[in-house]
Amino acid sequence: MFPILDAKLLASDVKWFKIEAPLVAKHRQPGQFVIIRLDETGERIPLTIADCDREAGTIDLIVKAIGKTTICLCEKDKGDTITDVMGPLGMPTEIENVGHAVLIGGGVGTAVIYPLAKALQDVGNYVSSITGGRTKDLVVLEDALKEVSDIVYATTDDGSYGFHGTVADKLTELMEDKDRPIGAIYTAGPVPMMKAIADMTREAGIKTIVSLNPIMVDGTGMCGGCRVSIGTETKFACVDGPEFDGHEVDFRELADRLTAYRDQEKTSLDRMQQRKCRAEAQFEAAQADGRTV
Amino acid sequence: MSNLTPKERMKIARQKMPERAADERNKDFKEVNIGMKEEAATLEADRCLQCKDRACIAGCPVGIDIPVFLDRISEGDMEGAAKVLLDANTLPGITGRVCPQEEQCEQVCVRGKGKGVAVGIGYLERYVADWARENLDIKQILAEPSGFKVAIVGSGPAGLTAGGELAKKGHDVTIFEALHTAGGVLVYGIPEFRLPNKVIESEVDRLRQMGVKIICNVVVGRTFTVNELLEEEGFDAMFIANGAGLPVFMNIPGENLKGVYSANEYLTRSNLMRAYEFPESDTPIVRGDKVVVIGGGNVAMDSVRTAKRLGAKEATLVYRRSRQEMPARVEEAHHAEEEGIIFKLLCNPLRYLGTEDGWVKGVECIQMELGEPDDSGRRRPVPIKGSEFIIDCDVAIPAIGTQANPLLTATTPDLKVNRWGYIEADEDGATSMPGVFAGGDIIRGAATVILAMGDGKRSAAAIDKYLRETKKAPTKAGAAAS
Ligand SMILES: Cc1cc2nc3c(=O)[nH]c(=O)nc-3n(C[C@H](O)[C@H](O)[C@H](O)COP(=O)(O)OP(=O)(O)OC[C@H]3O[C@@H](n4cnc5c(N)ncnc54)[C@H](O)[C@@H]3O)c2cc1C
Ligand SMILES: Cc1cc2nc3c(=O)[nH]c(=O)nc-3n(C[C@H](O)[C@H](O)[C@H](O)COP(=O)(O)OP(=O)(O)OC[C@H]3O[C@@H](n4cnc5c(N)ncnc54)[C@H](O)[C@@H]3O)c2cc1C
Ligand code: SF4
Ligand code: SF4
Ligand code: FES
Repeated sequence: MFPILDAKLLASDVKWFKIEAPLVAKHRQPGQFVIIRLDETGERIPLTIADCDREAGTIDLIVKAIGKTTICLCEKDKGDTITDVMGPLGMPTEIENVGHAVLIGGGVGTAVIYPLAKALQDVGNYVSSITGGRTKDLVVLEDALKEVSDIVYATTDDGSYGFHGTVADKLTELMEDKDRPIGAIYTAGPVPMMKAIADMTREAGIKTIVSLNPIMVDGTGMCGGCRVSIGTETKFACVDGPEFDGHEVDFRELADRLTAYRDQEKTSLDRMQQRKCRAEAQFEAAQADGRTV
Repeated sequence: MSNLTPKERMKIARQKMPERAADERNKDFKEVNIGMKEEAATLEADRCLQCKDRACIAGCPVGIDIPVFLDRISEGDMEGAAKVLLDANTLPGITGRVCPQEEQCEQVCVRGKGKGVAVGIGYLERYVADWARENLDIKQILAEPSGFKVAIVGSGPAGLTAGGELAKKGHDVTIFEALHTAGGVLVYGIPEFRLPNKVIESEVDRLRQMGVKIICNVVVGRTFTVNELLEEEGFDAMFIANGAGLPVFMNIPGENLKGVYSANEYLTRSNLMRAYEFPESDTPIVRGDKVVVIGGGNVAMDSVRTAKRLGAKEATLVYRRSRQEMPARVEEAHHAEEEGIIFKLLCNPLRYLGTEDGWVKGVECIQMELGEPDDSGRRRPVPIKGSEFIIDCDVAIPAIGTQANPLLTATTPDLKVNRWGYIEADEDGATSMPGVFAGGDIIRGAATVILAMGDGKRSAAAIDKYLRETKKAPTKAGAAAS
């Protein structure tokens, strides 16, 4: 059992957690993730370790509620527990001084780039971070990013906050700035966003590292469910990645594979919501009756 | 010893294992074999000739004293039989179900010579183990605490066996397991209809009662390195039994289509994550109408029978050699056939065909014929030109083998591996690092439960010797990982 020591809502559907997991904290390096399982019937899902405190033996997770497991997790709070937390998993990011490092996080992908910003700044890079969302509510972690970046740009597709446009639009601007040429780009977020960025930088020859998010089960290289095509090779993202050269990734295949369980995911979600409605109805009925529950 | 004459013993026919009807059992995940009744078990044990040279014992990698064990059953002394069994075998409920007996103890049983039929040693092992689980509260006698600490990596049959043996000798044992449940392939690979989880749980519980600590969610190579466990965490010796879990793909076109699963993933979703209970459990699995499984071993057999149970109308096994060469246990192939599995023999896949939206829709195969014998002595399958054909499917599962997972060895440069990535070890399991032993699939490639257990047992003896002779005083440094 892994206790949740602290939790805070960052946006309506994004939550930050501090979890006691001393063995994970001890070895974790930027770029790595954990696999968690909420309870005995739960699914195993991967989550990036956004930060950690070795002394205190804690790790930070930032979670966007999008389906059954992440919604259930986001309903948890300080004092609750998670049955299994396994890690740290995956290859750490190669942290080097590239001069000017641009980090781009789309939605909860910002949780992935946050620790990289910190590490890249520590080795002397000038760090520009772009965090984007469709609308204001989705621009997560801007304040935290400011502490570990030289400059932060927040973007919204609808212009409700910060720069009006996509993260790619902002990147175009940065690429045009000849005074501060880009040494490398690190990005995490929705597949179409990562693909767009890789397409933009391919010709310009800018090194582009993408953090991939295929469906995982064990996280140890045992199932092959997380396989991705990189150039002519098949790689297992949980052990060979999750970061790869963006110019080599077959994004179409990745996007396709991510939809494999769409029907079942909906079933799970519907069942959960029905159950919740039923529980609420019972609760209200009980209150109306003046009973205590 | 019951006083039957050899002649009387010879007259008794081999007793049958009662099993559930094929068209009932192929719809659920409950166990296929029901287990013998006491009367049948006693009769079966009476078939043993109590031979002087006890050939059968040499056929058992953990060296169970089979004739004595059988004699206790004949006498109706089940408790005595259980003790003989447990003395040599830490996991009898498991081996009694999944051991390839026909290639081990039963192959060398004198009663099996010529036209004869061997004594059903495996069935009796299962009978006694199940009886003991229900009726006995066995307290293993443990030696005085030695003060030595031993780390074990992996909780498959090799790790569990070594753990039990080392605990018996008084050592303080901690097993580190990557997954959330102990058991290795026994829990994530072998389906419940062959090996119910409650059997594994109860055998693991027995180890816990003996003082063996099992810490899950620890990936050695990531959470700890081997060197750290030895140098910082205060372990005096180590046994590495992390299996050979990396799935092999065929590298043919279309392998990354949706609906193409490695057998490991398919079985892990179904067994470990209980996807067959979805949506009661959260992990999904694609239930195909037409499922094609490629391979001829136990893993292929388990996958195709799982597919049938998940509702496939057509569950087909594609194997490139003929029935005789199939490496699966005879009983499993036979059960699969009874359950309506279609066998496409002498047939090899060339590529997977996909739909517009990325789902597998068929496998293109080619017919094979048997040519000259190869290195393994088996006749080599060669493709017949122009015989290509397509099998429609919505799920395809290559089950053509696994190999060493480099996760641990890559972070342990001092540990010598061979060119396939398996750890190099001598007969005792000793590796190139002092105090570090290894056994199970990680030293020989995917094999069997009982060979892994044999390794665990031998290495435990060698580790005990190493600690008492070489180490002398336990390392005091470091606190226990807990
Ligand atoms: C290396 C890695 C790091 C990640 N880090 C974070 C993070 O820091 N914060 C965060 O909010 N999310 C992160 N994710 C994504 C997160 O794992 C998924 O959002 C989560 O699994 C969805 O599960 P669900 O049951 O809530 O939703 P579901 O309704 O089951 O699925 C919604 C979508 O999530 C994806 N998904 C489903 N199951 C899995 C699975 N077992 N493994 C991976 N993806 C799956 C699929 O695209 C699916 O369509 C990461 C993913 C990977 C691979
Ligand atoms: C589907 C299937 C069916 C089979 N059927 C039979 C059968 O009927 N009869 C038979 O005799 N054999 C059968 N086998 C083979 C048999 O199961 C294996 O040979 C045996 O389990 C090997 O045991 P092991 O202890 O070496 O490794 P495993 O059982 O593979 O256990 C290794 C354990 O180590 C863990 N691990 C791996 N890496 C790490 C790490 N870095 N840190 C911590 N833990 C780690 C794994 O999670 C796993 O739990 C079957 C195999 C499969 C896959
Ligand atoms: S453990 Fe296996 S080989 Fe040994 S007696 Fe039992 S069935 Fe036979
Ligand atoms: S070889 Fe067969 S008959 Fe002889 S003692 Fe062993 S089990 Fe009995
Ligand atoms: S998640 Fe199973 S191999 Fe990567």
